Amino acid sequence: MSEIEIRSAAPILEMRNISKTFGKLKALRNVQFGIVKGEVHALMGENGAGKSTLMKILAGAIRPDAGSEILIDGHPVAMAGPMAAKELGVAVIYQELSLSPNLTVAENIYLGREIQGKGLATGWLDRMAMIKGSADVLQRLGASFTADATVCDLTLAERQLVEIARAVHSNSKILIMDEPTTTLTERETERLFTIIRTLRAEGLAIVYISHRMEEVYELSDRVTVLRDGTYVGTLETHGINPGAIVQMMVGRDISSFYKKNHDAHQLRGRSILSVKGMSDTGRVKDCSLELHENEVLGIAGLVGAGRTELARLIYGADKSICGSVAVDGVATRIATPLDAIRAGILYLTEDRKELGLFLDMSIGENINVGVAARDAHLGWLLNFAKGRERSGQAIKELNIKASSAKVLVGSLSGGNQQKVLLSRLLELNPRVLILDEPTRGVDIGAKSEIYRLIDDLAKKGIGVIVISSELPELIGICDRVLVMREGRIAGELGGPVNAAINQHNIAAILTAAPECDGPEPRFAQNTQQESRAS
Amino acid sequence: MTASSGNDLSGTFKKYQTSLMPLIHTMGMLPVLLILCLMFQLFTGYAETADFSNAWASGRFLSWQNLSIIAQQASINTVLGAGMTFVILTGGIDLSVGSILAASAMVAVSTSLLPGLSFMAVPAALAGGLALGLCNGGLIAFLKLPPFIVTLGSMTAVRGLARLLGNDTTVFNSDLPFAFIGNGSIFNIPWLVVIAFATVVISWALLRRTVLGLHIYAVGGSPDAARLSGIRVPFVLLFVYGVSGLLAGLGGVMSAARLYAANGLQLGQSYELDAIAAVILGGTSFVGGVGSIWGTLIGALIISVLTNGLVLTGVSDIWQFIIKGFVIIGAVALDRYRLRGSART
Repeated sequence: MSEIEIRSAAPILEMRNISKTFGKLKALRNVQFGIVKGEVHALMGENGAGKSTLMKILAGAIRPDAGSEILIDGHPVAMAGPMAAKELGVAVIYQELSLSPNLTVAENIYLGREIQGKGLATGWLDRMAMIKGSADVLQRLGASFTADATVCDLTLAERQLVEIARAVHSNSKILIMDEPTTTLTERETERLFTIIRTLRAEGLAIVYISHRMEEVYELSDRVTVLRDGTYVGTLETHGINPGAIVQMMVGRDISSFYKKNHDAHQLRGRSILSVKGMSDTGRVKDCSLELHENEVLGIAGLVGAGRTELARLIYGADKSICGSVAVDGVATRIATPLDAIRAGILYLTEDRKELGLFLDMSIGENINVGVAARDAHLGWLLNFAKGRERSGQAIKELNIKASSAKVLVGSLSGGNQQKVLLSRLLELNPRVLILDEPTRGVDIGAKSEIYRLIDDLAKKGIGVIVISSELPELIGICDRVLVMREGRIAGELGGPVNAAINQHNIAAILTAAPECDGPEPRFAQNTQQESRAS
Repeated sequence: MTASSGNDLSGTFKKYQTSLMPLIHTMGMLPVLLILCLMFQLFTGYAETADFSNAWASGRFLSWQNLSIIAQQASINTVLGAGMTFVILTGGIDLSVGSILAASAMVAVSTSLLPGLSFMAVPAALAGGLALGLCNGGLIAFLKLPPFIVTLGSMTAVRGLARLLGNDTTVFNSDLPFAFIGNGSIFNIPWLVVIAFATVVISWALLRRTVLGLHIYAVGGSPDAARLSGIRVPFVLLFVYGVSGLLAGLGGVMSAARLYAANGLQLGQSYELDAIAAVILGGTSFVGGVGSIWGTLIGALIISVLTNGLVLTGVSDIWQFIIKGFVIIGAVALDRYRLRGSART
């Protein structure tokens, strides 16, 4: 849709003077937001800027303060609750998908509006009619599964499609998508974008919340930026400078977003971690890598390429069937995470809520849980003084925003949670730090702090492995990048002898057609790299 | 804190709430306990005189003697509840404590009857409880079997074992060497109460002052995260079921000491349910990771106060069951309502 059209079209939704106060704190102050039919409107802001609150108000999950106005098709409406919002045509696709995994796709699409039989069959489900009714929507969205598939058999991307189908099927006019691509692979993201464009062409208004600048740039017609609960402005996406949006979001200039001040190439000396022939029962196949002091080594790959699995094998979280690990040149047997921690290898999980943090425990306890045994009096009595000292220092150094170390971790924002988890690892004096998606679900301010932290750690001589799905991140902070594909290390970039690290080169290795089983001849073969490096 | 979106905001609120939460959790049921005590003072008085103006003065509930009886009645359940707290904090459950109590009591009385070995009665009973608890723990920690199923099985099996130990008869010893535990007192405080209170204090120290305690909370919060942070989860599980078994053994000693006898069939029947009720009344989360031992003490006292108060008021046995059931559900509902919106159940 062109800019002129957007300006002239009557907005399908207008939100004016939206304020929301929780107790004494103002979450939103006179925020405005509008969207027209057939528009993708990106909503951006740091975590804590008020995006979620605004969207919860739109979805009827919370009530705004008096004086706030919401107009749909020019008529003022009261979003009395989620059901009311649904009836007004507002549908939300949440980050945590809200499907019933044990039911079929059709049953999920019709959930709450099931088709009943007629006459004697009243009260009985008419499954056939539901399957027929949803097949049409699924086809329109280009789904590769059928309406009678059970949701738990679907991938995350497919589940998301079911959610979208449900929204479309119930004739929603406004679709809110909250970070829809966080869990998708690049290929799946592409498909999602195609679907979003189709929906836009059909006249839906789509509110798109994302942290990823490139997506917003590629997809949206307009961008509205919020900061600290206030409205900063709305821009037309076409022709704007991404730097301008970032500046609007953080209110300051981030000139050097990525940090790479350490110089691994000059300092590259001793190998501190050497992994050889690591394999498990099928997801990781014969992976070898070498990590040096002062080095940041990236691992790129699509979701399912075996990156996390490889990291977990090195860390001893899963059992390997063959492969060896040497730390500082000394062969080390790592069968459990405890072995790895004792050897100085630490792993930051990609799933901090489920596998990393103890959400019901305080910041202090979370930071100290790993190191508590080392600090303890007599080996078993907790050393509270030392614990307070450690958590106080970590909160200060990593700039964790919390009123005290006694705050429960579950109440923190994503970025602060990630910093707490990072400090737990740092307290254990790592030699090797394996960071799995260190900036996932983290706002832009915390992101740049994490990059700076990685850079500082590398300066101190720690070897850092960064697994990431965000190519700009890998390109921005890594000295070398390994690319994984189908469980193998398919290529290496950066360093003195390889091709340069850039988006094109990574993508070339990522997307190479699957080879028949056997070594990959296409790019510098990894084993050779390793022998040269070591 | 500059952040101010919905998420962070509700977070900020939760924060003020949650920094108070340990306090609220322990205090949680204390008001209920006190109100129950005051109510029973009135009720017993009214039941006596049928006159509300005199009810308070003539109530029999709040006498030193009655309170001491209540504390004694609560003591065994408190000890079992303490063990249960360890287990439930890791997200598990131990249904076998009633049976282990019976088996240990049998061991205690039987050993006391052996000439020359009677001094071994208490250690043998404790060791027996510990061993049975470790069996539970081993199956759960190393074979990764679900706690509910393992302890449901051992509840039945150990009950059988308890009957086997005395050839399915009641064993007596009128000259029980450790009878003072059940009937004696020190500085006017019954030994049963001293033991129960000491158990609570030691449990508190273990849970809140040691590395192992921190690890127990961590395992309950998220076993996967605990393993990844280098905690030996199987060891922690083995420990908590061992503690539960050991304390059930202690409960067996206390029961036997009170009765000068033990019976494998009747002793400790459905004690596990009272212990679980005490833990839950105390505000400990059933999914693990949240809770305190002081809550369990208060929970056990509430159950004991209810039983004693209803008897004194003259409520029939049948209605006692119905009322106790509703009080448990109501108290927990109240707790949930008050803490609505906190991180987890």
